[in-house]
Amino acid sequence: MSTLKNGIVCSPAIHAPGEREITFSQAIREAVAEEMARDERVFVIGEDVAEAGSVFKVLVGLLDEFGADRVIDSPISEAGIAGIGVGAAITGMRPIVDIMFGDFTTLVMDQMINQAAKTHYMSGGKLTVPMVLRTTLGASRRSAAQHSQSLHALFSHIPGLKVAVPATPYDAKGLMKSAIRDDNPVVIFEDKMLYQQKGPVPEGEYVLPLGQADVKRAGEDITIVATSSMVYTALEAVDKLAEAGISAELVDPRTTTPLDTETLIESARKTSRALVVDEGYQQYGVTGELAAVIADGAFYYLDAPVKRIGAMNVPVPFSPAMEDLTIPSADYVFETAKAMCG
Amino acid sequence: MTETNGTKQNGAELDAEHWLQAYEQMVRIRSFEEAANELYTSARMPGIAHLYIGEEAIAVGMCEVLRQDDYITSTHRGHGHCLAKGAALDRMFAELLGKEAGYCRGKGGSMHIADQETGNLGANGIVGGSAGIATGAGMSIKLRGTDQVAVCFFGDGALGQGLLYESMNMAQLWKLPVIYVCENNQYGEYTHNSKTAAGSMIGRATGFGVHAQGIDGQDIRTVYSTARLVVDRARNGGGPAFLVCNTYRFRGHHVGDIDRPYRTREEEEEWAKRDPLKLLEDWLTKTRQADASVFERIQQDVQTAVDEAVNFALEAPFPEESEVERHVYA
Repeated sequence: MSTLKNGIVCSPAIHAPGEREITFSQAIREAVAEEMARDERVFVIGEDVAEAGSVFKVLVGLLDEFGADRVIDSPISEAGIAGIGVGAAITGMRPIVDIMFGDFTTLVMDQMINQAAKTHYMSGGKLTVPMVLRTTLGASRRSAAQHSQSLHALFSHIPGLKVAVPATPYDAKGLMKSAIRDDNPVVIFEDKMLYQQKGPVPEGEYVLPLGQADVKRAGEDITIVATSSMVYTALEAVDKLAEAGISAELVDPRTTTPLDTETLIESARKTSRALVVDEGYQQYGVTGELAAVIADGAFYYLDAPVKRIGAMNVPVPFSPAMEDLTIPSADYVFETAKAMCG
Repeated sequence: MTETNGTKQNGAELDAEHWLQAYEQMVRIRSFEEAANELYTSARMPGIAHLYIGEEAIAVGMCEVLRQDDYITSTHRGHGHCLAKGAALDRMFAELLGKEAGYCRGKGGSMHIADQETGNLGANGIVGGSAGIATGAGMSIKLRGTDQVAVCFFGDGALGQGLLYESMNMAQLWKLPVIYVCENNQYGEYTHNSKTAAGSMIGRATGFGVHAQGIDGQDIRTVYSTARLVVDRARNGGGPAFLVCNTYRFRGHHVGDIDRPYRTREEEEEWAKRDPLKLLEDWLTKTRQADASVFERIQQDVQTAVDEAVNFALEAPFPEESEVERHVYA
């Protein structure tokens, strides 16, 4: 195992000497391009995905590489393009539907929840919906209440959907490739604040299974489970905890559905304490589910109640003075973890 | 009985054998629905069902021009579409009764019958919910470079759903081979569409530049000839079409809606005069292509097949408990 500059521990296979580093954004783009080259059934549809290369410039160059038939600029019709994704997937294609802000996924709810998620089951296993819906999460871009939410819990609630929340460029690429190859509808949430985050990504082909957590940092005294960009928030806290003499283990589930319950429970049993951090609203959120899974599976090994930190239960405010209060901070994670170990 | 009509009216280019097949298919749907109603009223069918009686000419007329590899999407009132596209009676009844032998292993029921072998991408419990799916099938056809066509069936209630308009807009932008078939049976559940649909129904499509026609949905010859036109057009790259087929739901919204206080018996009697089966019988008789004995034989043969299918479904086993967690994920 080796430690990267941002503190993330990766296996040697992930971080070989001299390995290149690319951004999260480039990792996503590479994954999509590789899968489009590998499988002609894969196409991208969404608002501003072609000419503009998506609003966050993640898909720049795909139009030139694959043409307008496979990288399709759509009207501002989220439900419509999600529906097109479902129909195309049922009939033999592998669409990637791009919803530029996670907040806009409210407009695709019927297509994802009542159609995509249930088609395989309702048809008795005859029809499959191999589609990817890629979208974003995360506050702190001063974008106010309708462009800042982290709504992955909504989709994680629904049987039939898979949900990925990658934190690193390596994870983003591997999970995106798996999502495209998966025969189920998969929703990938990319944190807007991570797009420029750099990390090691090997040149060659690899995929990461959906449903396998990753221990980003090994530790002994407390388990901190964190998702998406909260992995970095938690890492900062882990470093401070180390200075305070507390050895924290950082576990990144990488996908909320399917959830690698085994790794979460095993870690909590080992450390005897668990704290869950996620950027979704705390009420009825991902933190609640993860905490319950740990409490159920590790209860007799725990020295403290499982704690959780989500976003405040308020619409995300515009003013920086208020917005920053609403999302979990490294200091708060540190203080909470320290108190649990006291 | 097979004497052909020499005039060039709707469907006149087809011989009596074709029309008798279409007639048989309509009778099959009618008898299926009557049997489903009987299963409900005798408390042998779980849940409810939405009967297609009165609207048979639309499903049969449209599906007569489709190939097996063409797609349809259907609605909560979908038994007719499924049968017209080629579904078997026994597996249909088995699904209605929640049996493992059903098209969806008992997981879908009346509102969700899907059968990929006949191109049926599924009935839908969400009004208008399949507009996107049919359009996506059209996108898939275009990207795969085949000459298939997708037909999206929905009722006038779906005219209230925004997804339909998003979908038609994109279908026209990209010239997708999708036929949007609005079965205007006058009522969305219990409310007449004069209270729910402003302006022109056809205009909803012409605004997008989509080829649109309003037709008599009771006359299968009209439905057939129109379907032939728009399906061939779509198959040859001409893009989508929107049909408003005027029809009537002879029964209530579902099998339990027997009083129907929201409409008059007089209105129902007027529409009953335009029973699609009777209209075809009359035309075949008048043109001396068939007579009452032919219709009776077809009805009896179909009834025998329906009775056998019902018995099959009644005797078929329910799914094992282990089935409940299967097929959540592929």
